[in-house]
Amino acid sequence: MTYLYFPGCSLHSTAEEFNDSAQALLKALGLDYEELDDWNCCGATPAHATSEFLTVALPLRNLVNAEKQVEKWAGAKAGPGDATRAKAGTGDPAGAAPIEILVPCAACYNAFRLAERLVRDGGAEGREMNREIAQITGRPFGGTVTVRHPLELLGRPETLDKLRALVTRPLGGLKVASYYGCLLARPSKIVSFEPNPEHPVAMDNVMAALGAEPVRWSRKTDCCGQSMAVAEGELVTELTNRVTRAAKEAGAEAIATACPLCMMNLDTRQKPATPGEAPLPVFFFTELAAVALGVGKPQAWWKRHLTDVRPALELLEAKRSA
Amino acid sequence: MGSDVELYLANSGGRPTSVTPGFVRDVEKHAGRMVSRCYQCRKCTSGCPVSYALDFQCHEVMRLVQLGAREAALRSRAIWLCASCKTCRERCPNDVDPAGVMDTLKVLAVASGAPIGRKQVKAFQKAFLATVAVLGRAHELSSLALYLAGHPSAIVANAGLGLRMFSHGKLKIMPEGVRAKGEIRAIFRRAKEKAAGLPGSGGGKAARAGKIAGGGDRP
Repeated sequence: MTYLYFPGCSLHSTAEEFNDSAQALLKALGLDYEELDDWNCCGATPAHATSEFLTVALPLRNLVNAEKQVEKWAGAKAGPGDATRAKAGTGDPAGAAPIEILVPCAACYNAFRLAERLVRDGGAEGREMNREIAQITGRPFGGTVTVRHPLELLGRPETLDKLRALVTRPLGGLKVASYYGCLLARPSKIVSFEPNPEHPVAMDNVMAALGAEPVRWSRKTDCCGQSMAVAEGELVTELTNRVTRAAKEAGAEAIATACPLCMMNLDTRQKPATPGEAPLPVFFFTELAAVALGVGKPQAWWKRHLTDVRPALELLEAKRSA
Repeated sequence: MGSDVELYLANSGGRPTSVTPGFVRDVEKHAGRMVSRCYQCRKCTSGCPVSYALDFQCHEVMRLVQLGAREAALRSRAIWLCASCKTCRERCPNDVDPAGVMDTLKVLAVASGAPIGRKQVKAFQKAFLATVAVLGRAHELSSLALYLAGHPSAIVANAGLGLRMFSHGKLKIMPEGVRAKGEIRAIFRRAKEKAAGLPGSGGGKAARAGKIAGGGDRP
């Protein structure tokens, strides 16, 4: 086993299509992974708005669980990748390539990275939190597991080459607005994997490798406001429509996102700027990748979108055959 | 409150605002950030997506903290309407992390028992964490039900969307939970204990009264 996989609550409920498409994509890329055992909620915005302790402790418990699981691999029968497992199992990060935990949900990823960094930096607060979590889970986080977003993996030159080779149904130059939102972008020193965090490009590069045409637009990392969606609906609808209208003005025919919370807003809160205007279909970037690679069961995913995605898919077919 | 300085905020009807000396240090201690470094450049406010909806702009909230206008800061709507997008943190030239300071102010507001500037935002956060505290995982329907039970007027606004999401299979009826519930309980218990030590928390009364979201359902 090479990777751990953390779905999180959204990917098990509102965003099952993200979970299914992400896993179909990982399998198509030949990546070996196992879901994290007995994982818990990362706490999301309600945690960091309520308690510094919850903010760190909830993701940290998952990281401790991750190390427990990797140790089990090391103790299991020999197999490919066993050398890495054995080293990781010793709890000695030196010399061993750390096992990566893939976290597709942008919100969970953000929370995981903040907790991971706090402990890795070794400051007083990080040491104290690690001591606290050890009292609760029986052991501290040893730093042998690294948090990774799948988009970072996909955006690497070698993975882009691999994607290009695996594409069987190119996206036909469909104009896609890559939308990152907040959680993959900020705080950039901790969560971003981009040369310029104010203008991220990894998703654009992935879309281009799949045969889509990424559009240039200026609201890539703007906030959709999702954490307040239930309590402050009007405010959130305003923020969401700033994003979707900007994408439309840039000529986008679809939006791609890596965040189940952004998806929930963009997919459900679009209001036409002019009467009768059709809303923009919104996809998880993994759904578009799975379509291009011809993997997974997309028909089941499309039913879960509230904004009909068929116009974009029909356009894609028409462009491809043109 | 114990200060010779009188502070008059704009739009406060000509009444002085109470000043709490040392408030900035309380906030800095909790947030781990130097709010006193803020020199009012307004980069935070310029990039703030919710600025149009705030009673105090982001840089103004930082100024309230610097001036010790504790009541005004803790009662503001701004601290609850902050979307936590962290654009301010990203761009602040003084590493103040205004979004993090907003979180600190929310925590201090709850601990002090001050009136909550935007009760519905707090209520939803509480409903969300209540399911996590019990199950170890979020469950949208339970959180929504808990929230709407306390905010029946929000049912109309949310019912249509909720039903559409449900019909598209986006809301699960059955919740999922972790096996190690004891660990989750211990995490929430510890969070409650920590909250009890905060300034203005009345030595744990606030926490014992269940003022920390999600923490009121276990002994």
